[in-house]
Order: sequence, then C-alpha cells, then structure tokens
Amino acid sequence: MSLAETHVNDRLSATGTANALELRGVSKRFGALTALADIEMTVAPGERRAVLGSNGAGKTTLFNCITGDFPPTTGWIRFFGEDVTAFPPQERIRRGLRRTYQISLLFNGLSVIDNVYLACRGVSRGRFSMIRPRRDEALMQSAEELVHVVHLDSAAQTLVSDLSYGQQRQLEIAMALSGAPRFILFDEPAAGLSPAERSELIEILTGLPSHVGYIIIEHDMDVALRVSEYVTMMHNGRIFKEGKPAEIEDDPEVQALYLGGDDE
Amino acid sequence: MAVGEVPELRKRPVDERMWLERIPAPYWVVGILLLILPAFASNFVMFQIMGWSFILGMIALSLMFLAGYGGMVSLAQMAIAGLAGYMVAVFGDSAITDISQGWPWYVVIPLALIISILFATAIGWLAVRTEGIYTIMITLAIAAAFFYFTRQNYDIFNGFSGFNGVLPPRLFGVNWRSAEGFYYLTLFWAAAAYFGALYISRAPFGLALQGVRDNPRRMAALGYNVTAHRVAAYAVAALPAGIGGILLTWQSAQISPGTVGIQAAIDILVIAVIGGLSHPIGAFIGAFIYVLLKTFAIDVLVALGLSGERFQLLVGLGFLIIVFFSPDGLLGLWKRLRESRMKDPLTGLDRGAS
Repeated sequence: MSLAETHVNDRLSATGTANALELRGVSKRFGALTALADIEMTVAPGERRAVLGSNGAGKTTLFNCITGDFPPTTGWIRFFGEDVTAFPPQERIRRGLRRTYQISLLFNGLSVIDNVYLACRGVSRGRFSMIRPRRDEALMQSAEELVHVVHLDSAAQTLVSDLSYGQQRQLEIAMALSGAPRFILFDEPAAGLSPAERSELIEILTGLPSHVGYIIIEHDMDVALRVSEYVTMMHNGRIFKEGKPAEIEDDPEVQALYLGGDDE
Repeated sequence: MAVGEVPELRKRPVDERMWLERIPAPYWVVGILLLILPAFASNFVMFQIMGWSFILGMIALSLMFLAGYGGMVSLAQMAIAGLAGYMVAVFGDSAITDISQGWPWYVVIPLALIISILFATAIGWLAVRTEGIYTIMITLAIAAAFFYFTRQNYDIFNGFSGFNGVLPPRLFGVNWRSAEGFYYLTLFWAAAAYFGALYISRAPFGLALQGVRDNPRRMAALGYNVTAHRVAAYAVAALPAGIGGILLTWQSAQISPGTVGIQAAIDILVIAVIGGLSHPIGAFIGAFIYVLLKTFAIDVLVALGLSGERFQLLVGLGFLIIVFFSPDGLLGLWKRLRESRMKDPLTGLDRGAS
C-alpha cells in the first residue's frame, strides 16, 4: 500500500504550512475525450472558492479526480502537502477531504440522524460494532450537532424518503461535515432549491468554521459569488479565468461566455 | 468534534420512563399470552403448531435479516439450518451409531453452529459479488448442490435415509421433547433471535448494513468496506438459521435430505415474503400462517369434498393473494390499513395518532 511510503514526519510538517489543495498538470481523458486538460490549482487552507463553467466544462470531473473516484490520467494532487494522487477514496476521506454529490446519494430507508451517524462512523472505528450507540456516545452527539448545523433538528427522526428535496440537500451537507473535515467539495448544492432554501444554504455555508475550506461548483452566480472569496472559471476542461468574485462578475469575456453569449 | 461553534447541545425530548413502562402494549399482550399458552393449549398445538412456527420463523428470520436489512435474497438459509441439524446428528447421538460420534452436547451444539456459520460465510463470500436475481440463482444453486450432496454422501450424511433418533439433551432434568418443554425451548430461542435481530438493526453494524442496501456506492465513499459488511451479514444470519435447524432436527428427531430440499428452501422464502421483509416479526407471522395452512388445509379441503392432496394449492393461493394485494407482505398490509384509518376520509389529512 502506498500509505506506508508517506512518512509521518512528512505529513506533520506538511500540515502546518502546506496548501490545502495543490493540483499540478492534472488531466483526465476518457478515451478520445479530454475532460480535463492540464489543470493547475492552488487552494490555501480555509479558502472558499467557487468553480464556475457551463455544462461539460469538467467541473465534476475535477471533483472526481480530487476525491479519487476517478484517478487523473496525468499530473499529481497534494492534499495538505501529502501526495494523494494514488490513494483510494477512503484514504482521502480519512485525511479530512469530503464531498457532496450532485445527485443526492443518501440512505432512503434510514432516518436523518442515522444517515449522519453512519457518516460519522465511517471515518472512525467500530464500523462492525454490534452494540447499540448510547445517546451520550461521542459519535451520536456529533451526529446530533451536525443535524443542528444544517437546520434539520425537527426532521431528525424522519425517514430520508419522506424528506423534501431541499432537506435532502441539507442532509447531504451534514454528511459531508462528519468526522473532522478539513476541506469539502460541494457539487451544485443549490441545484433545484427554492429561493428560501437557497438563502438557508448560503447561511449554512457562510456559517462553517473558518478553518474548513471548500470548493463549490455552482451554476447560480448569486449563490456562488456570495459564498466564495475566489472564483475559477472553467471552459472545455481548462481553467479559463481566475479572480475575485467582483472581477469575474465584471469581466466582459466571462459575461459573453457565461451569461448567454454564443458558445464559441 | 469537528464543527464546533454550536453553543450547547439541543436536547431532544428524552423518554424518562422506566424501561419496563416503555415496552409497548402489544408486546405485553403477546408476551403474556405466549408464556401462559401451555395452560390451555393442547400438546399438538404447543409442539406441532407453535413449536414448528417458532422454528420456521427463526430460519425465515435469517432470510429476512439478509433481504430486509441487507437487500440480499438468499435461498441457502435452509441449507445452512440443515447443516447445523446434520452436524448435531453427526457429532452427537443418533440411531446411526456407525457415523454419530456421541460427543457431549456442550461440544456438539457450539461446533454445529460454528460449522454452519463458516458454511454461511463461504456462501456469502461467493454470493455478495452478485446482485438481485443472480444472488437468488447462486444461493439456489448452493441449496440444490447441498441437497444432492447429502443424498449421495453416505460417509458423513448417511445418504438418502439421513439420521433418526436425534434427541435433545436432558438438561436440568427436563424432557425438552415433551410438549411443554419443547414449546418453551423454541419460544426462548425464537424470542432471542427476534430481539437479537431487532437490537442489531439499530447497532452500527445493522445500520451500516441498511446503508449498504440503500446505497453501496455512498457507503464506500464514507469509508465502509461494502463487501466485508455483506459477508459478515451472512455469518450473523447463520446463527438464527443454525439454531432453528438444530431445533427442527430435535422436533422430528431426524434429519434427512428431504429436510433441506429445494422445496424447503422455497418454503422459507414464501414464509418470509408472506410475513413481510421490513421487520423481524414478519418472519414469525409468515411462519405461523404457513404452519396453519400446511396443517389444516387438508382438513378444509376434505370438508369441502375435495382431495386432501391438494393442500399445496391452498398454500400457493394464499401466497398469491397476499403478494398480489401487498407486495410487502402482511406487515405492509397492516401498515397501510393503519395509515388509511388515521387519515380523514373527507380531507385526506392526517388525524394524528388515535
């Protein structure tokens, strides 16, 4: 296992100074299709960044490369200084990387609290335990805290299949916050939400502890620009423009491309 | 833990009542009824109807555990139960003294259960690589192979005739094959299996198993080993099946290939589906109905002037009707009935608990 090759000292020295995420020359090809080409990206710890771009720009593929769902064809990825390019997804999750999915991947037959509890269990020991959790168990308490953080207290005992779409998206975020997240990838968390639910989402995201950085993929410019400090525009698998939200918003090229201009 | 900054823990309303008071009323009624049943029931009802229902319920429970919580329909549970029964005959006492080792019960019973758990683990290891209909096919193939193996192997399984004279140990001076003794023996183990399954369903292992059922991909993304969880579920489910198999052998004092045939394997599936796969109680409800049908269908048919051999027709019709009206068995039927009674017929709104 490549795990043993990284020395503990490397990791310890890395965490203090290193960037949360560092991508160098990352490409992903599916046969003849180049989904990502030569991505260079550096994200500081605690930084909040939005990734924008039209459909097929490679945003979700970028996430899949970072989480290890699909390894990149070329290039390398460092997570808090540690080269994780060859790591399987669960090893990245155990190091504090989290993601949410564009289409909610939840456990429909279980209650909200059980979903979050499973997410908390997944990154700790005792996954095969036959002993029921007590209410004062640390994991159960942190699960209850997370349910509170995403404003689902009143629905804690509700089955996921009985939740509204917006509540499912909130639950998805709670599961991404389980354990000790250091960096989260949000894949279109606002898709399909009502305006009221959107403002609630913005509240949840801006209320996250300051040491937790994230990248958010979002089509809704209003949401994206309000919850991020820095914006990366992608187009056809490449990084097209980077800058502060205000700069991106006013950029004529971006406006032409993104706000309904003709696509090439 | 991670997301700090929550001022204080919000307390959900905690049930402050004593655990005795928290037991729902139906449990009291059914529990007391089952405990005092020998006071008024005949030996036939205790031994044949109730005893057999509890045993088949336990074996169906092991299928319910895999199918309801794990989403894996296994037809091999009867084979696992049968193996435990065979091992008790092989290592313990039977009329076939050439094969039976005559070891004491405290060695034989744990050994039989361990062997059936190992067998189930091997089955699980093969079956979890498949999904849906292929899991059913592979476990059916194993059940069929086990049936033919027991019929053709004379060194261990004594072939076609199997073992007879397999009796429970005379522990605490009680004849456990008397009507009362056997009734309480099977009641105890059925209750243990039922509450055990219920308990595990809320423990991390059971919750994770339900997570695997609902969304294996997400479970893997949360850091779980999905395959290991599924195989472990087979091992856990082997325990009620194995105990059921031993009790079944004691009940008829014999075990033979007919006990573990394909018909028997399918009967277990029918029992579990009739009862409903959503809750452990379904397995026992299904078993009770199956035993009633199997026992009294002949009398009903003869009373109607039909040939008694057609009792399987009644079992099949009953199965068809239940599955047709309620794909999730009698439990689902009950649940829908309750929900519709709680709705106001005019507005369709929930009247709340009544």
